Amino acid sequence: MTGDTVTGMTRYDDDPAGARRAVTVRGLVKHYGETKALNGVDLDVAEGTVMGVLGPNGAGKTTLVRILSTLLAPDAGRATVAGYDVVRQPRQLRRVIGLTGQYASVDEKLSGRENLYLIGRLLDLSRREARARADELLERFSLAEAARRPAHTYSGGMRRRLDLAASMIGRPAVLYLDEPTTGLDPRTRNEVWDEVRSMVGEGVTVLLTTQYMEEAEQLASELTVVDRGQVIARGGIEELKAKVGGRTLRVKPADPRDLAPLAAMLDGLGITGLASPVVDAEDGVLRVPVLSDEQLTAAIGAVTARGITVSSVTTELPSLDEVFLSLTGQRAGRTQDAPAAEAREEAAA
Amino acid sequence: MSTVTAHAPVDARIPLRGHLRHTGALIRRNLLWIRQDPESMFDALLMPVAFTLLFVYVFGGSIGKALGGGQDGYVQYVIPGMIAMMSMTLSQGVGTGFSQDFNSGVMDRFRSLPIGRGSVLFAKIAVELARMLFATTLLMVVAVLVGFRITNWPGLVAAVGLSAVFASSIMWVFLTLGVTLKNAQSVQAMGFLVLFPLQFGSSIFAPTASMPGWLQAFTDYNPLSTLADAARGLMVGGPVAHGLWVTLGWSVALTAVMAPVAIRAFRTRT
Ligand SMILES: Nc1ncnc2c1ncn2[C@@H]1O[C@H](COP(=O)(O)OP(=O)(O)OP(=O)(O)O)[C@@H](O)[C@H]1O
Ligand SMILES: [Mg+2]
Repeated sequence: MTGDTVTGMTRYDDDPAGARRAVTVRGLVKHYGETKALNGVDLDVAEGTVMGVLGPNGAGKTTLVRILSTLLAPDAGRATVAGYDVVRQPRQLRRVIGLTGQYASVDEKLSGRENLYLIGRLLDLSRREARARADELLERFSLAEAARRPAHTYSGGMRRRLDLAASMIGRPAVLYLDEPTTGLDPRTRNEVWDEVRSMVGEGVTVLLTTQYMEEAEQLASELTVVDRGQVIARGGIEELKAKVGGRTLRVKPADPRDLAPLAAMLDGLGITGLASPVVDAEDGVLRVPVLSDEQLTAAIGAVTARGITVSSVTTELPSLDEVFLSLTGQRAGRTQDAPAAEAREEAAA
Repeated sequence: MSTVTAHAPVDARIPLRGHLRHTGALIRRNLLWIRQDPESMFDALLMPVAFTLLFVYVFGGSIGKALGGGQDGYVQYVIPGMIAMMSMTLSQGVGTGFSQDFNSGVMDRFRSLPIGRGSVLFAKIAVELARMLFATTLLMVVAVLVGFRITNWPGLVAAVGLSAVFASSIMWVFLTLGVTLKNAQSVQAMGFLVLFPLQFGSSIFAPTASMPGWLQAFTDYNPLSTLADAARGLMVGGPVAHGLWVTLGWSVALTAVMAPVAIRAFRTRT
């Protein structure tokens, strides 16, 4: 039995800067007829980090993950994972990766435990090791109680967790998570995030695709923004957040007639660096882009000092659409939406 | 770009023991499916019973009279053919099963694991063969109840073995369909198109002597017909050689051509 010693053996490409790279992608191309799913993508993921790949529907995220998992052959370009070429060394590569695809890939007719045991056996664990590993992961992913039920009785969140557990059995060096929380409720999403964090704590390199800025901010240290098969921005998460303008303060006065005076007041206040508030008459809210905690505190202080009754005050991260707007001056995916949205804002102001 | 070796490089080769272990684990998985979903055995359980009763009691009297042996004579004639037919019909299961696995995403998981591609295919074939053996046993029980006389046990075993050999070769065709077609329904429809002419242009239900010459030319080399002939010869007596050799020839040819095609389609499917 040699299987248990195989996992964890990895080779890495050297980065010029000295940091070891777990994933290197150069000029990756994949076309489906007219659709350019990937059109020359470059990507570097340093060992032990979480790379977020942020992009709207159809950006090419899944195509990228499938190529890096050897499920799909690229038309052009090169990609290596832990030093293994995706095209020339698929078998070695499969030993060092874990994959949680966008759509759950658990065997619905098998119980959670049987699913994990099967994968353990396919990864060359002995029967006893496979059983022990399955139980350990079921415990860790809070599936112990449902361990003996067939997976088709699981909720969406449980299936996701089982999928995550399945991709962890072989103790992969590099883990792909393709939109791991899309469609999950906030509580389950938080659980999945916690699990991802603890995997990262074990030194796993993670490539995470997502449509949510918030998810990227929670998990990733580096971010690559893709759209229509191309990288449109990349950098550290803080760097990109500064570019897209941090958070938005959302104030909803109890009386919609207070909207305009409130906006004028905040505008005239002269808080350093605070951008002009935007009135959204349709939703009856005021949106104020804030860049720092100090600005946020000052703005909220001003609102309450004025004595206007508010029914809600929230902060939100920029949506994917807003990220795209500030990075490229264009809406994600298609452009015809932009004029309409601007017109609405003008009408409201 | 320089490459450093942080640990010993990963071994790409899978030893034979590894292949056997993977195939075994996947066989177990397919068996668990049957346990979890016993309805999937219905076709294997019902077909032998239903077809035997249908042909013996509904058509058996008149065909038997025409053949000159009555209903009892027809039972002896038709049962070996039933074994042949059932092995074909059940073979389709590999294709529909595969199609489901692709569509449910399970196959993505398997294909991202460091296992040989053949393991997944062989495991499926092994389980379908077991299912077939089970159905054949049941068929023989029903056959005896309606009057079939097992006079030649080695002949029976040989007939079942020949059916299994041919079935495992035709399974590569269904596996190819399962890998290349979009969903289980299309696999089933295509399978039917393949099987229909083979089943009815054959000696399974009635001797071919009264058929037109062109059809006889077809049945002489229709593997399903030759399989039925060989099984009949082995179980109740009569000529064996032609049926045996033509069937074995088909088995070898189908496997030689379709196994690589299926494995290739499996490797390259996106
Ligand atoms: N098998 C295929 N055949 C044809 N076109 C495809 C195929 N797979 C993907 N595409 C196209 O390639 C583009 C990229 O698809 P991909 O699934 O990689 O996007 P994605 O970023 O994962 O999107 P989502 O967020 O919706 O999952 C899309 O336009 C899609 O329609
Ligand atoms: Mg996707």
